[in-house]
Amino acid sequence: MYALCRWLFVTLLAWPLVLLWLGLTVRHRQRLPRQGPAILIANHNSHLDLLVLLTLLPLSRIPQIRPVAAADYFFRNRVLRFIAVWFLGLIPVVRGKTPRRDRSDPVTTNETLGESVDPLAGCRQALAKGEIIILFPEGTRGEPDVLSRLKPGLWHLLKNQPEIPVIPIYLTGLGKSMPKGEWIPIPFFVDAYVGRPLPYDNDKALYLQTLEECFAVLATKGATRLRRTSPTDER
Amino acid sequence: MDPLYYGIALVVSVLAAGYLITRWRVPASHPARGEILLRIRTWCWIIAFFVPILVTPQPLPSVLLAIVSFMAFKEYITLTPNRQQDRWAFLWAYVAIPLQYFWVVQAWYGMFIIFIPVYLFLLLPTRLVLSGHPKGFLNSTSTLHWGLVTTVFSLSHMAYLLVLPDYIEGNRSITGASLLFLLVFLTQMNDVAQFVWGKTLGKRKILPLVSPNKTWEGFLGGAVTTLLVSLLLTPLFTPLDLPRAALVGLEIGIFGFIGDVVMSAVKRDIGVKDTGTLLPGHGGILDRLDSLTFTAPLYFHTLYYFYY
Repeated sequence: MYALCRWLFVTLLAWPLVLLWLGLTVRHRQRLPRQGPAILIANHNSHLDLLVLLTLLPLSRIPQIRPVAAADYFFRNRVLRFIAVWFLGLIPVVRGKTPRRDRSDPVTTNETLGESVDPLAGCRQALAKGEIIILFPEGTRGEPDVLSRLKPGLWHLLKNQPEIPVIPIYLTGLGKSMPKGEWIPIPFFVDAYVGRPLPYDNDKALYLQTLEECFAVLATKGATRLRRTSPTDER
Repeated sequence: MDPLYYGIALVVSVLAAGYLITRWRVPASHPARGEILLRIRTWCWIIAFFVPILVTPQPLPSVLLAIVSFMAFKEYITLTPNRQQDRWAFLWAYVAIPLQYFWVVQAWYGMFIIFIPVYLFLLLPTRLVLSGHPKGFLNSTSTLHWGLVTTVFSLSHMAYLLVLPDYIEGNRSITGASLLFLLVFLTQMNDVAQFVWGKTLGKRKILPLVSPNKTWEGFLGGAVTTLLVSLLLTPLFTPLDLPRAALVGLEIGIFGFIGDVVMSAVKRDIGVKDTGTLLPGHGGILDRLDSLTFTAPLYFHTLYYFYY
C-alpha cells in the first residue's frame, strides 16, 4: 500500500509536472547511485526540487527513496503528515531545537548541542536499511539560484559511517518556476547537473567548505553548458 | 492522388537515403559523421510528429501545433532574463496559447488575427503594471510580447492554413494540408540549401557580428535554389500561378534567412549558443523554428490576399 502510494505520487504528479509541464535536462545521469545506502544532496529553491529528484531515479527504487524534511513544516497538521508519510516517504528532522550558533565562533557549537534525542535518528535508520535519502543541506528554500549557508547535519550523519556515498546535484530554474510562497508552477525548462561523489572529511568546517565549493562548481558547469558563444561553436 | 502524399514520401526517402549514405559510405573516422547521423535521427522524430499534423482531422493538428508553440514559448522565456514579479504575466501569456489555437479550430479569423496583437498587447502590460514594479517594466513588456508574437501568433498561422476552405479548380481540389506542407518543406529546404551553399562556396561574411558563419554565397545560393524549387512545386501544392510562385520563393528565401539571423541576434544578445537541448544535434526547438516564425505569416498572407 505504501509502495503503491509512492508510485502513484511519482507517476501521476512528479512525472507529468516535471517532464511535460516543465521539461527537464539531466547531465551525467549515470553518476546517480544504483542502490542504497546513499545520500543525494541538492540545492533547494522550491518544493518542485523534490519532485525533480524523484523523477531522476527508476520507478522500482521509489519506495526506498526517503526525502528528509523539516518536522515543523511537513508534520504540522494531520493532512500534511498523512501526505508526507504515505506519498512522499518523508523522514522528519526537528530543526532549530539546538541553540542558534554564533557565526563568529563555530568551535563552541558542538558542546551546546546537548545529549537529548538524536535529530538524525530517522536518517540513520533509513541508511541502515539500505535506503537512499534525499537531503537539502541548505535547510530551507532560499532565493532562486542563490546558495544559502549549508547546515552541518550532513556531516554529523556521515561522522560514524563515512563510507556512504554522497552525490551532489545542482538544480537550476525551479526557483523561477515556483519560488517560496507560490503554489502555481510556471513552465520553464529546468536543469539537473549530477556531480561526482563527495569525499568525506573529518574536519567539519573543511567538509562544509568543500561542499559549498562543489555546489559552486556544479552551478557554473550547469550554466556554461548552454552559454558558449565562441565563433567556432556557431552552427 | 493528392500531391501531399508524394511530398511526404519524397522527404522520407531523402532522409533515409541520407542516413544510409552517411552510415555506409562515410568512414567512421570522419569528424562530422556522428553529428550528421544524430541530426538525421532527430529529423525522423520531427517528421514523425509533423505527419499527423498533415493527415489527421481537426482538432488534433491544432493541439499538436499548440504544443509546438508551448515548447517554443517556454524555451524563449527560459532564455530571456526576467523578474520574479513577472510570473503572473507569464501565466497569462501561457493561457493565451490554447485560446489562440482554439480560434483556429473555430476558424474564427477575426479573433485569430487580433487576439495577440491587440488583446494580449493590452493585457500583458496591464498585469505587469498591477504588480507595481516600474524598474525593468519596459524590458519585461517588450520581451514578453515579442516572444508571444514570435512563438505563438506567427507559428499559429501554420495551423490556420489547415482550416482554410478547400480550393476547387476544375477537377483538382487543394487542401490546407498541402499548403502547410509546402510552407514547411520550402522553409526547411531553404535552411539546408543556405547551409550547404555556405559550406561549399562561402567566402564573404554577410553579418559577421550576428552570425559569423553566414555568408553572401550561402544566402544567395540558398535563395535562388528555393526560388527554383518554388517555381516547380508551388503551382502543384497551392492555387498560386507561376509569377506568384516566384514571389513565394523569394519571400521564403529572403525571410527564412532573416528569421534565422534574428534568432541568432537574440541568442548572441543573451549570450547562449543554442536556445535549448530539446532536439539533439539541432539545439533547441527555436533553433529549428526560427525561419518559420518569419515565413509562416508572410506565406499565409500572400495566399490569403490572392485566393481566400
